Amino acid sequence: MLPDQGSQHARNVDLLFMALFWLNVFFFVLVAGLTFYCVWAFKRREGVKTPHTTHNLALELIWSIVPTIIVIGIFFWGAAGFLESSVAPGDSMEIQVTAKKWNWTFTLPDGSIWGKRINIPVNKNVKFVLTSNDVLHDFYVPTMRVKHDVIPNRYTEVWFKAEKVGEYHVACAEYCGKSHSDMWAKINVVSQEDFDKWLVNGPPEWDTMKPEELGKIAYEAYGCVTCHSVDGAKNTGPSWKGLYGRTEKFSDGTSIVADEAYIQESINYPGKRVVAGYENQMPNFEGQIKPKLFTGLVAYIKSLK
Amino acid sequence: MADLITSPHVGTTASKPAREVDYIEATKGIWSWMSTVDHKRLGLMYLWAIIANFILGGVFALLVRITLLTGNHGDSYFISAELYNRFFTMHGIIMVFLVIIPSVPAALGNFLLPLMLGAKDVAFPRLNLASFWIYITGLLMAAGAMFFGMVDTGWTFYTPYSSTTSGPVSLMALAAFTLGFSSIFTGINFVATVHKLRAPGMTWFEMPLFVWGIYATALIQVLATPVVGITLALLTIERAWGIGVFDASKGGDPVLFQHFFWFYSHPAVYIMILPGMAIISEIIPTFSQKTMFGYKAIGFSSVAIALIGFLVWGHHMFPSGQSQLASLVFSFLTFLVAIPSGIKVFNWLATMWRGNISLDTPMVWAVNFLLLFTIGGLTGIFLGALSVDIHLHDTYFVIAHFHYVMMGGTITAFIGGVHYWWPKMYGRMYNEKVAKVAAVLYFIGFNVLFLSQFVMGSNGMPRRYYNYLPEFQVWHITSTVGSWIIGVGLFLALFNLIASLRKPKDAPDNPWKGTTLEWQTQSPPIEHNFHEQPVLTRAPYDYRTPVSMERDLH
Repeated sequence: MLPDQGSQHARNVDLLFMALFWLNVFFFVLVAGLTFYCVWAFKRREGVKTPHTTHNLALELIWSIVPTIIVIGIFFWGAAGFLESSVAPGDSMEIQVTAKKWNWTFTLPDGSIWGKRINIPVNKNVKFVLTSNDVLHDFYVPTMRVKHDVIPNRYTEVWFKAEKVGEYHVACAEYCGKSHSDMWAKINVVSQEDFDKWLVNGPPEWDTMKPEELGKIAYEAYGCVTCHSVDGAKNTGPSWKGLYGRTEKFSDGTSIVADEAYIQESINYPGKRVVAGYENQMPNFEGQIKPKLFTGLVAYIKSLK
Repeated sequence: MADLITSPHVGTTASKPAREVDYIEATKGIWSWMSTVDHKRLGLMYLWAIIANFILGGVFALLVRITLLTGNHGDSYFISAELYNRFFTMHGIIMVFLVIIPSVPAALGNFLLPLMLGAKDVAFPRLNLASFWIYITGLLMAAGAMFFGMVDTGWTFYTPYSSTTSGPVSLMALAAFTLGFSSIFTGINFVATVHKLRAPGMTWFEMPLFVWGIYATALIQVLATPVVGITLALLTIERAWGIGVFDASKGGDPVLFQHFFWFYSHPAVYIMILPGMAIISEIIPTFSQKTMFGYKAIGFSSVAIALIGFLVWGHHMFPSGQSQLASLVFSFLTFLVAIPSGIKVFNWLATMWRGNISLDTPMVWAVNFLLLFTIGGLTGIFLGALSVDIHLHDTYFVIAHFHYVMMGGTITAFIGGVHYWWPKMYGRMYNEKVAKVAAVLYFIGFNVLFLSQFVMGSNGMPRRYYNYLPEFQVWHITSTVGSWIIGVGLFLALFNLIASLRKPKDAPDNPWKGTTLEWQTQSPPIEHNFHEQPVLTRAPYDYRTPVSMERDLH
């Protein structure tokens, strides 16, 4: 009924959830049982005179006061869990998260910038400081039972302490338009050593991969995939299929044969030359993509014949 | 003649007063309807407008469900993401602003309020007519916005998405603004009617509980609707002239919009559910032939819900960036407002206890209501509890919860009410068997449709998603199948009602042996409701003396 539990907080929330579930079951069975019993036991018969019972103070006090006590108890239980999840411990590692239609960008403490996939260390308090560049989004990690709206011109936060190594899904939970449901990210929880290595070199498998393969990772990680197809389909941005060597016409009337330099420029400063028929919706990526991945990205585009 | 005890299906003609020209036949021609100030005719016109809108909103719901049969749409799927976003937005806007809010008050409330109070009409009949035409104007504006490509903001119009997205958002917002005025006018009218036009001898505590419910609703309509009006006007101003109110890029505050919006829209939830509860408070004592248990508790709890309901809007915003302290206060008040609703359920059950219950169609719908509304209310506890809400917020759990309340509660009660008062409106009985089959299909379809959404929601499936993870597909397919079952049930019910219109007007004046004044006139009533000023001879739900199937007032 509930997603995997990724933290102590998730277990706390689930305990209350299950308590409420059984409370629900109890009261539903009570109401449904009484309803069906009445319909069955007091079925219409001719000539029956019904009692004229207008009220019963004792009964009414019981069914007003008992539920009130129960819900006040639930209030305190829920409030305790909420406060615990609202305030990050002081020793938390801070990750800045920027949301933009329809991408997440993560800035790690060392200043490196990552797209859809990041690593974090296990058993460490991690605080995500959230802000948006356009509309409202929401940073939702179901396995950690945390969620917070991401608001332009404002910083909000979410924190958790992941207990298990594994890959966790981040979803956008506040409607943000066309690709709202494709605005996801993956948080890979790894050991502290693996995390430190990853920050410097990227994941170990990068060392043995071909540039085009690295490029494909970057294509997804930096969210290129949201607007650029690789199969020729028209999307928010031009397709990459056959881009290398193609003669691109720009909105200012000029044109150029797409080479490495042009591709590089378009990633770093997409507003410089905008392909005719499109509007520039893309942020500048200058300095944001790790060199290994940048080289890979160019190679990947070249490979898409 | 008051001593007749017969089964409700066997009419009696003994000492039946001669039938006179009723309000439907009183005058002829389209213009006589378009310019009518008769509350009964206005009620009927609202009823059919609402049914038409309900079908339209339902078609959008079916389209949403069909889209979600798969969670991995390629670029060439026949319903694109943009179209899907428009579908769920239109479904929400139509159902909330054009169907549920006016459903019970404008259609049944208009028809019944003066009859139940023993009055000739509402306090301001011409304001009532104006209210209807403002509703139609709002409807045409919304239709215009649909014609110009629909909007994709979600029914909540959250900024800054709604301030920046393209499409006829301003027109749609102004349509909701206009519909608000219709709602306010109806509210003012009903408040005045309840205060001034009660029959001689009818004290506040001798009013039918339907009137209490409508009265509490009218208070909220008058007090809360202006806030959403001005909010949507501000949104339009922001879009038209770029004046930053809510858009952060213009220096506005998007969270402010949510406060404004929910300051209306949470009380609006009670505008939607209180009238539904009010209908159930009529149906249950009548079909149990037993006095209402806890009349005052039900009446007061309506007013309590109306008042506390103004102070809980922040529970829509726990993860939105409002202060934690505010969230704590809103959570606490949310739990308090749950209590009066619970009290009502217990009162209804206590009324059925040791009653003399007949499972006629309206009572079957009331049982549907009791079961569905109880699920809706109980699952609200999850969402009131702060830590659990953070997980469930903006997921399908919320969707399922509010559909159990709004549809399982209000729409179910509305359909029950239409079946209950249909003989009074049209003087005809419908086919009982078909009507019951429809009610059962509805119940089955409803639970297939929405129980599966609870499962998805608690598993973390966010709402308003076009693509989704593969593990949810089985639940989405189940849910979509449920939408087809419920669709069949609803069409059957509607078809059955329409089919009854071909029959002669042979319904008894009081087919269910109700005790309230609307049953003390002819079915359908004459244009001026009663021949003479009715005087209350029996308190509502007083079954100590037997009730006849014919009126005892002439």
